[in-house]
Amino acid sequence: MAYTTLADDLKELHHPKTWVGKYVWSQDHKVIAVQYMLTAVAIGLVALVLSDLMRLQIGFPGSVGFITPEAYYQMITMHGMIMVIYLLTALLLGGFGNYLIPLMLGARDMVFPFVNMMSYWVYLLSVLVLVSSFFVPGGPTGAGWTLYPPQAILPGTPGRDWGIILMLASLAIFIIAFTMGGLNYVTTVLQARTRGMTMMRMPLSVWGIFIATILALLAFPALFVGAVMMMLDRVLGTSFFMPALVSQGQLLGYRGGSPILFQHLFWFFGHPEVYIVALPAFGIVSDLLSVHARKNIFGYRMMVWAIVIIGGLSFVVWAHHMYVSGMNPYFGFFFATSTLIIAVPTAIKVYNWVLTLWRGNIHFTVPMLFAIAFIFTFINGGLTGLFLGNVSVDVPLSGTYFVVAHFHMVMGVSPILVIFGAIYHWYPKITGRMWNERLGNIHFWFTFIGTYAIYFPMHYLGFLGMPRRYYEYGKTAFIPDSAHTLNAFITVAALIVGVSQLIFFYNLIWSYFYGPKASSNPWRATTLEWQTPDTPAAHGNWGPKLPVVYRWAYDYSVPGAPEDFIPQNVPADGASRHHQT
Amino acid sequence: MGIFQKLTEKSWLVSDRVSAEDDDSVVISAAPTGLRLYFAVATVMFLLVAAMYLMRMGVGHVGYGLDWRPTPKPWLLWANTVLLILSSVEFQRARVAARRKQVERMTSDLLIAGLLAFAFLAGQLTVWQQLVDRGYFLASNPANSFFYLITTLHGVHILGGLVAWSRTALKVWNGIEMAKIELSVNLCAMYWHFLLAVWLAFFYLLLAT
Repeated sequence: MAYTTLADDLKELHHPKTWVGKYVWSQDHKVIAVQYMLTAVAIGLVALVLSDLMRLQIGFPGSVGFITPEAYYQMITMHGMIMVIYLLTALLLGGFGNYLIPLMLGARDMVFPFVNMMSYWVYLLSVLVLVSSFFVPGGPTGAGWTLYPPQAILPGTPGRDWGIILMLASLAIFIIAFTMGGLNYVTTVLQARTRGMTMMRMPLSVWGIFIATILALLAFPALFVGAVMMMLDRVLGTSFFMPALVSQGQLLGYRGGSPILFQHLFWFFGHPEVYIVALPAFGIVSDLLSVHARKNIFGYRMMVWAIVIIGGLSFVVWAHHMYVSGMNPYFGFFFATSTLIIAVPTAIKVYNWVLTLWRGNIHFTVPMLFAIAFIFTFINGGLTGLFLGNVSVDVPLSGTYFVVAHFHMVMGVSPILVIFGAIYHWYPKITGRMWNERLGNIHFWFTFIGTYAIYFPMHYLGFLGMPRRYYEYGKTAFIPDSAHTLNAFITVAALIVGVSQLIFFYNLIWSYFYGPKASSNPWRATTLEWQTPDTPAAHGNWGPKLPVVYRWAYDYSVPGAPEDFIPQNVPADGASRHHQT
Repeated sequence: MGIFQKLTEKSWLVSDRVSAEDDDSVVISAAPTGLRLYFAVATVMFLLVAAMYLMRMGVGHVGYGLDWRPTPKPWLLWANTVLLILSSVEFQRARVAARRKQVERMTSDLLIAGLLAFAFLAGQLTVWQQLVDRGYFLASNPANSFFYLITTLHGVHILGGLVAWSRTALKVWNGIEMAKIELSVNLCAMYWHFLLAVWLAFFYLLLAT
C-alpha cells in the first residue's frame, strides 16, 4: 500500500497571519488539539463539581439544600455522560490524537485539515447544547447516563420535557463531530507517515489511538441510531423502544416497542467505548514507561497485537452489561466467555509493562509516577472486572456500589491517571515551558492516594449490599451505621481530591507564563515529536524537510551507543548501513 | 507487502532500509481512503438499522412484533430505484469521461447524474405523500416508522452527496485544473455507488418483509 504521500507535498504552506486565523479558526492540528483539550477539561470540571455535590448528599444527607432527589439524578446523569464522552473520549482522541499523530508520524498535519477544524467546532456545539440543558425549564435529563427507555422519556423523570431532547441532540452532534475527526486520524495514520515510518515503527501511543479511533468510528453509529430512534419516540410518538404502558394513571399512545432493543444499541456502543478510552491510555502509558525507565518497551509486537485483539474482542462482549435484563441464559454464557477471554491480551499488556520496568533505569518523574499508578489501578479495576464478568457473581452485585467501584477504577481513575501523566509529559513540547516538579509531586500523591480512599471502600460497601443510584439511605436493617460512617469518609476524600486538582491547574497556568524554558527534548526521548526544529513545534512541524525514520521508537540504553537513547531519525551506523539485515 | 508481513515486522532490528516500499507510488490525495472509511462507518449504521428492523419485527422471536403491519410499497418506489440506478450509471460515465479528459462529455454526464438524483429525492417525497394520504403515518405502526426512518437516513446521505456534487459542478464551471475535477468526480461516483448499494439492500428488505 502506498504511503508517505501527502507528507512532503511540494505545495507551499500558507501560514495564517492573523491572531484569529492562528488560534481560533485554526487548521493546525496542534492548535485544534489544544482547543479540544481545553474544552474537554472545562466541561470535565463541571462533571467533577457534580460528583462532589453528589458525594455531599451521600455522605451528609440533606446538607446541601438544593440537592433534591430530582437534582441528584440529574447530577448522576450529567456526571456520567460528560466524563465518558465529552471529557475522556474528546480529550484522548480529539486532544492527544490530534496532537500526537502527525508529530509522532513525521507528518505536517492531518490529511484533511479543514475537516479537522470543523470537527472541533461541531464538538464545541455539542458541548454547548449539552450545557444549555442546565438552563431549560425542567433542567437536564435525570435518566441515568445509560438513558434507558421507557423511563428516560416518561413523565416523572427529571428533564423529561427538554433535558432529554437536548441530551439526544447533543450526542448526535458529538458523533458527527467525532466522525469527522476520526476519519482524519485513521487516514493520516494510513497515508501520511513519513519515509521509513512503517506501521511497526509507530510508537504505541499512535497504535492505541489508531485502533481506538477505528473502534469509535464503528461503535458510535450504534449510539447515533439509538439517539435518533429515541428522539422519534419522544417527539413524534413512534414506538421503537416504547411498550404499551400506563403512566400516572393515563394510557399512553405507545404500543409494542422493546426497551431491550435500546439496551442492545446502547451497549453495542457502550462496551467498545470502554476500550475507546482504554486503548489510547494503554498506548500512551507504554511510551511513558519506556521513556522514563530508559528501556525499550518489552514485547513491542505483542503489545501491538494485543491492542488489535482487544479492539476486535470489544465488539462481542456488549451484553455483559445486560445480565440482569432478563436475557437468555445461553447468551449470558457466551458473553461471559468472550468477556473473560479479553483478560488474556490485557494481562499480556500488564505483564509487559511490568517487565519493561524490570531492571530499567527508573526515573521517578511526575509522568512516571502517574504511569506506575496507572498499572496498579488498572490491575485493581481489571480484577473486579473478572468478578462482574461472571453472570452468577454479577447478578447479586450489579445493583451495588461494587459496580461503581469497578468501573471508576478501570475506566475513570485509570485513564485519568494516564491523562495527567501525558499532560505532564508533553506539556514542555506543547508550551515550551517546564512545570514545577514539587507541585506536580504533591498533585500526584493527593490524586493517587485520594482516589484509592474514595473507591477502595466502595468495594466493601458493594459486598455489604449497599445499593447504588439511591438518593438517600435512611434507616435500613441491612446497612449498618459503620457504612454511613464510611460514606462520610469517602465524601471527605472526594472533596480533598476535587480541591487538590487546583494544584494541577495552578501549576499549568503559572508555568505557562513563568515556568523555566524547556529544552526541545527534556526527557531525552526517541520519538519524532521531540525532534522538531522548534519548541513548541511551528506550523508545518518540520521546517523545510521532513524527518526520515531509520529505527523503531524504543532504542533506549542500546549497548555501545554513546547516549542512552537514539532518536528514530538517526541513521544506522556505518557498519550496519551497508549490510542488509 | 501484505498486512500479515506488515504486522510481523521485527522493527527493533536496525536495518539500512528506510522502508520496504520506498517511494513506490505517490497518491495525490488521501480523500478516497477517507471516503472508503466513511463507507465502513455508514455501513455499520445502516446494518444496525436493519438489525433493529428485523428485531422489532419479531423475526425469530416470540413477543414483540405482534403490532407489526407491513407498509404498502407503492409502484413509484420501483421507478425511484431505476432513477437512482441511472444516476449511478451517469456518475460512472462521468468518471470514465474525466479519466479520458473529455471535459464536455463529463460535464453533461455530471449534470444528468445530479438531476436524476434530485428526481430520486422528489420521487421519495412523493411516496411519503402517497402513504400519508392513505393514512400510513409515521407513528401509526412500527413498520411505517422504520420506512420513514430508513428513507430519511438514506435521503439525507443523498442530499449530502448533492452538496459535494454541486461543489464539483462549481469546480467544472470555474474551470480549475482537471486533476482536481477528476478526483472530485471520482469521489462522487464512489459515493453514489455506495448509496445505490445501500438503497438496493433496503429495498430488498422492505419488499421481503
